[in-house]
Amino acid sequence: MESVGNIILYFIVAIAIIVFSVLTVTTRKILRSATYLLFVLFATAIIYFQMDYEFLGAVQIAVYAGGILVLFVFAIMLTHRPGHDAEALTSHRRWLGLTAALAGVGVCGYALFSYADFAGKVITSGSTFDMVQIGRFLLSTDKYGYLLPFEAISVLLLACIIGGVVIARRR
Amino acid sequence: MDLTLFMYLIPSLIMFGCGVYGFITRKNMIAIMISLELMLNSVDINFVVFNRYLFPGQLEGMFFSLFAIAIAAAETALAIAIIINVFRIAKNVDIKQITKLKF
Repeated sequence: MESVGNIILYFIVAIAIIVFSVLTVTTRKILRSATYLLFVLFATAIIYFQMDYEFLGAVQIAVYAGGILVLFVFAIMLTHRPGHDAEALTSHRRWLGLTAALAGVGVCGYALFSYADFAGKVITSGSTFDMVQIGRFLLSTDKYGYLLPFEAISVLLLACIIGGVVIARRR
Repeated sequence: MDLTLFMYLIPSLIMFGCGVYGFITRKNMIAIMISLELMLNSVDINFVVFNRYLFPGQLEGMFFSLFAIAIAAAETALAIAIIINVFRIAKNVDIKQITKLKF
């Protein structure tokens, strides 16, 4: 049995995710689209905090909301005049998009509903992990260690820095 | 009333559907990137929720989300560098008008 506050928080977050993700892809102004994406990312971070993954929620806020969104806003400011609307879509592509999205949601929703016993599981009070354990897992080479992907990500980020500088440099 | 696994998968599913719709219908390159971020974010939610509900003693899904966030950051930075470079050459970011890369 969950506490009442937790359930109210869940409903606020779920409605915010649904409303703002629809608004993100339907609004005409691109800067508003980025702002609605920010709200969706904050709601996702609240879900992570609700699941007791505090570190992941902090990473979500710091990297997504603090890093990627600022990058988007800078790119929009560099490439658009303020107050400039997008043109109306041609009907052909709108129907294609609606069909693809609704077909995907329908198939996945049918799969969810057909596994009703599995999807109705409630949270079990498992052991929550603190920061020390997460750091140990991240840097260990044991069975549940993640040292190799950690190093691969660091090489990827280095390649990404070099690639970004080379691509965006003025020749 | 309990918060079930199901109740977290529904918003994530709708978020993914919105991402697919935006990815197909948008014509602005930056708006396409924003739709892509929506899809990546919904998959991250799924990893975390399955991890918490089905395997609460382990951390696989959480680490997968962590690496997915890092890769999404790298990919967005590179894509925005490419978009700004395209804008410098073609003077807009509309995919209908940037057709020089087509053979």
